[in-house]
Amino acid sequence: MRYAETGYKLEVDLSRGNIEKVETDPEITEQHLGGQGTAIKELWDRVPPEVEPFSPENLLIFSTGMLTATPVCGANRTVVNSFAPQTNMYLHSVLGGYWGPELKHAGFDRIVISGKSPDLVYLWINNDKVEIRDASHLKGKGANETADILRKELNDQDVQVVSIGLAGENRVYFASIEHGSSSAARGGAGAIMGDKKLKAIAVRGTKELNVAYPKELFESYLRLTKEIYENPATGDTMADSYTDTFHHDNFSWGNARVRRKGFWSEEYEEKYVKFTEENLLRWTGCYNCPKHCHLLMAWPGRKNNFVKCFGRATYHMAAFKEHDFSYEITPVALEYGFDSYSTPQVMAFAIELYKVGILTDADLPNFPSDVKDRFYYLLDKIARRDGIGDVLANGIYWAARQIGKGAEKYDHNTLKKFEQVPLKLGKLNPPYFLMTATGEKMNVPQIEGSFPQDPLPTREEREEFVSGWEAAPNERMKQIFVEWEKKYDVTNEESCMIVDWNEIMHYVDDAVGLCAFVSSFRGGQFGGRPPYHIHNIPDFIKLAHGLELDKDGLWKIAARNRNLIRALNVRRGLRRKDEKPPEDHWAVRDHEFEQNLLDDYYEFKGWTIDGIPRKDTLHELGLGYVSDDLIKRGILTGDELPPSQEKQKQEAQKTGGASRER
Amino acid sequence: MKGEPEKKKVRRIRVDVDKCVGCRSCQLACSAFHANPKYSSVNPARARIRMMINPQNDEYVPIRATDYTKAACDGRRVYTINGNEYSDCSFCGSICPARDLFKEPGTGLPLKCDMCEDDPPRELPVCVQACPPNALTYEEVEEEVEGDEEKLDDVALGLKSLLDRYGYEQLADTFARISQKSREQHRSRSARERRD
Repeated sequence: MRYAETGYKLEVDLSRGNIEKVETDPEITEQHLGGQGTAIKELWDRVPPEVEPFSPENLLIFSTGMLTATPVCGANRTVVNSFAPQTNMYLHSVLGGYWGPELKHAGFDRIVISGKSPDLVYLWINNDKVEIRDASHLKGKGANETADILRKELNDQDVQVVSIGLAGENRVYFASIEHGSSSAARGGAGAIMGDKKLKAIAVRGTKELNVAYPKELFESYLRLTKEIYENPATGDTMADSYTDTFHHDNFSWGNARVRRKGFWSEEYEEKYVKFTEENLLRWTGCYNCPKHCHLLMAWPGRKNNFVKCFGRATYHMAAFKEHDFSYEITPVALEYGFDSYSTPQVMAFAIELYKVGILTDADLPNFPSDVKDRFYYLLDKIARRDGIGDVLANGIYWAARQIGKGAEKYDHNTLKKFEQVPLKLGKLNPPYFLMTATGEKMNVPQIEGSFPQDPLPTREEREEFVSGWEAAPNERMKQIFVEWEKKYDVTNEESCMIVDWNEIMHYVDDAVGLCAFVSSFRGGQFGGRPPYHIHNIPDFIKLAHGLELDKDGLWKIAARNRNLIRALNVRRGLRRKDEKPPEDHWAVRDHEFEQNLLDDYYEFKGWTIDGIPRKDTLHELGLGYVSDDLIKRGILTGDELPPSQEKQKQEAQKTGGASRER
Repeated sequence: MKGEPEKKKVRRIRVDVDKCVGCRSCQLACSAFHANPKYSSVNPARARIRMMINPQNDEYVPIRATDYTKAACDGRRVYTINGNEYSDCSFCGSICPARDLFKEPGTGLPLKCDMCEDDPPRELPVCVQACPPNALTYEEVEEEVEGDEEKLDDVALGLKSLLDRYGYEQLADTFARISQKSREQHRSRSARERRD
């Protein structure tokens, strides 16, 4: 018997209409755990780098985490992976809610979708009974509207649905997949679903899910659920306090342009709290998590909808408006199925281009004068890929190049062709430089979180902080924090260790299915007392699944997954030259320092000077087959040296050559 | 015949739907507690408490399985709360033939809340323990109840539901046939073991 996982996956080929239930290999679980880990193995084995994102050969994979649906509190994630139309690189997005647990109870750990349906369809999974069904009646329907229709049609309120709206159907590069309170929004997973003409996946599961050590797991579950509920640093901290000076005063408004220091005031907060509370119905959580991270809003004239996290602010910050505008436009955007990070930036970018005359009335016929109306106008155009909307639907990077006439200059906040969090800061923060530049998820909130963002003012406070810092991976990390006085004063070696740890924790969560809000994203910068960390997650894996790991074993699996994703992207062309955070991300830049830091990080990671995992690194992680493939393709020779030795060699060759000349 | 009214300790679970965050931990915990062996598996569809959730409509209602009944009620009333329509069935905990609720997936046997009877007795039912937001709370009150209340355990309840479904004769015949067969199997197995 398999524990925690069902041991089966569902293979759906939409081109041929073929559906298969396939038993999975337990050894793959031991190598990669589940979630993102097992999905990338499928992507590596089955999607060669020549495959375009909008090709029938591209896979779209919905994976539950290894611990998803078990009594491990907060393990409820579904991970969506593919290759992204915007970046042509690895696509990674995560959603919570109830869908993943329902899939597991239907008897599947993941769904691997290949091919392309000729007509719009939806997938109906009722335990072992799986059907591809006609969805012509759902064409153009809103994402959550679709879920409502399906629940009625299937006559079961317990059916869980993931679906796309018009943006996904029209393959907008930043289209999301929606599931009530949760979204897999970043990266354009909705566009892939739309390209495959898959409107929705409805699931109902009523099967048992077994666990390895029942009594011990149940006891720890009862303890954890209470601890997590009471731990103020878990969940969405924005749900417990309405004060959001952090984003409003520090993040950039408009097309990631202006910081408005001092925007937040008591009067603003009072006004905002009043209209929020007047219209909010409830705070809700995800499956098996007592936190309340989603705000269910009943905004006048709008369908009830969930607002969450920084998504509560992105639309009005891009429009230079206030919260009421976000509350008003979010329900419309959610039904279309839009990512609330990229979408507002794309629209603010279009408005900038219009202001400077690069886009004209010919591009934007009857363009309203009011900024709110402009946002609705653009949202609709983009969702329909109508006129200029067809260009903007490809995201800022591609739109700028299609528009030309100097529009490229206004594309100032993308990295690897992907819209970044609108951060425009002063001094360069070394760990943040590395995370932004090298993270495969291309999105800092999915990389940061374990090490604090800021030092504490006094040594005594820092010592007190580390005295109960169970989450710290080792004594050295504690030492780094104790010695840390000035925010930007971090050695390269320390930066490497910090970034590596931050990353590893997200790779663990995304494989086991834990929400980052009870683990990787609720670490150091939120007080350093996350319920889950590198030392105790192995215990939960053992209790639920039976797999025995220690901290180093878990770390190694996460590093294996991390390097396999790197290799996936390298195989598709990612190199050092691409690891360039936006020029204006920090005002003060030092090219030489940054490049040295990058060298040191690649060295630390066991990569080449060009950012490619080296042969020895891959072999050590049990990824010899990856190394062989990269060598066969001429991407690696197999003789690459660590960057420091490579630089010495290059230096020697240079001076050697010079002496001969003399 | 009903007995005389008597004072009795009544154990109750109170539900405050306003405090519910919709995490369905109550379902998960209930299904784990009632798994066989205990805690060995989870399955919200097997829980004796169910979350009626319609997320966008702000419906988050935990409903506990109450009594088994062989007949469905007329259920004709329709209620409108905040513009949404509900029926008698919407928040009913009865295990009745009109719906699949509170029946074990596969077997269809009734699943009745037993307040987590355990040996030694638990302080709280597990659904209450699994609900830190306190949407579910536990209380014991003294109440005057009709005496001689029939209390069925899981086996008796299951048999009763089968009796209602198939009738006495069919059930008795089947039981006789199966028990005869298993007795024979048991006998030949013991004989084999003795030989070995």
